[in-house]
Amino acid sequence: MSKMHVKLTVNGKQVEGLAEPRTLLIHFLREDLKITGPHIGCETSHCGACTVDIDGKSVKSCTTFVAQVNEADITTVEGLTNDDGSLGVLQEMFREHHGLQCGFCTPGMITRAHRLLQENPNPTEEDIRFGMAGNLCRCTGYQNIVKAISASADMLKAQKEAAE
Amino acid sequence: MIPAGFEYHRPGDIASAIGILQEHGDEARVIAGGHSLIPMMKLRMAEMGHLVDLQAIDELKGIEVGSDTVTLGAMVTQHELITHDGLATAIPLIREAALQIADPQVRYMGTVGGNVANGDPGNDMPGLMQCLNASFELSGPDGKRSVAARDFYEAAYFTAREDEEILTRISIPVPGADVGQAYEKQKRKIGDYATAAAAVMVGNGTASVAMTNLADTPIWSEEAGAWLAGGNVDGCVAAMLDAIDPVADNRGPVEFKKHVAAVVLRRAIDRAQSRAG
Repeated sequence: MSKMHVKLTVNGKQVEGLAEPRTLLIHFLREDLKITGPHIGCETSHCGACTVDIDGKSVKSCTTFVAQVNEADITTVEGLTNDDGSLGVLQEMFREHHGLQCGFCTPGMITRAHRLLQENPNPTEEDIRFGMAGNLCRCTGYQNIVKAISASADMLKAQKEAAE
Repeated sequence: MIPAGFEYHRPGDIASAIGILQEHGDEARVIAGGHSLIPMMKLRMAEMGHLVDLQAIDELKGIEVGSDTVTLGAMVTQHELITHDGLATAIPLIREAALQIADPQVRYMGTVGGNVANGDPGNDMPGLMQCLNASFELSGPDGKRSVAARDFYEAAYFTAREDEEILTRISIPVPGADVGQAYEKQKRKIGDYATAAAAVMVGNGTASVAMTNLADTPIWSEEAGAWLAGGNVDGCVAAMLDAIDPVADNRGPVEFKKHVAAVVLRRAIDRAQSRAG
């Protein structure tokens, strides 16, 4: 099969490459672009470790062909740091509240939580649990993940108020 | 898990998409959100030479809420069904069901057209659309035709859609304001298909009842609806249990599924009745 020319914006940077249409986005990100934040967990669209943000949607990149997202704007966990490279709010709160143990699910968790908080800046605990239902963690029991996201929502609100 | 290779097409209108299907016949398949098809391609249980991506076709998008009819473009995602205010007011049943489908990530990609067209007995929207008496618009080489959701499903993955046709729109009559609606789903975990699910509308002396994943097609029972319209819940449940034909699988043996079906149906009826005007 012939390769196609792929053009994406990933974490604010224009990238280009050649890929077979059957290439899954997760493989293109990790193997071609060397962006290894998104993880390959279950490979069957259940675990959410491969979650990336595509044009404002949380998407499992193991179940997306790179051909489908040609020209799209993609954010991975690497793109959620502050401009100076320090940890972004969600990243900092996951550390602060111990929202991870082995860390394998964390890039997917943080990327999904980012979109959740964009859509709902004031989530209840129930909203967080429902909104994070597509991401599995086998270490934490989720309690501290929920706390970290809730704390992030508070901090983002405080930052926004301070800026106004 | 890497699928077999294919040529990728992204046509900009329905006519071009149908043209590609005609040109390549059995070798071509359309892809909507891809969250049913891509897993099957990765398992190599689905292979095709040509994949026709429908995402760039504007005619397949959009939710239109009229006073008598709601129309949904086939490429409307579950996420859009959930977040559309007008739709939630006109037919709350759709949002209630969409919230119980898969998980958030899958709902951003999964489309209502893909859900109804795939013919998977585990999908929620087919039974829901039968309950609502929706009709599906199909476009093919010979033009358009409309098929009632209640006549669309023939067997698991076999529907009234011909290979060169694309399901383009769904039209749904808006139930009266006094009609109570409910969707109840029992599943083992988030992301699973239903062990049993029920869509119920009741009010104004009418009723409609359909169930999901309890046969190789969704089951809409005219008799069950007639019992419920007459206020006889036991008669409705008995008629539905008679109409379903579950098989034993990893969600449980037949007796268990029938038990769950009755529980789920009674809950849906209770909730729909409590919402009826």
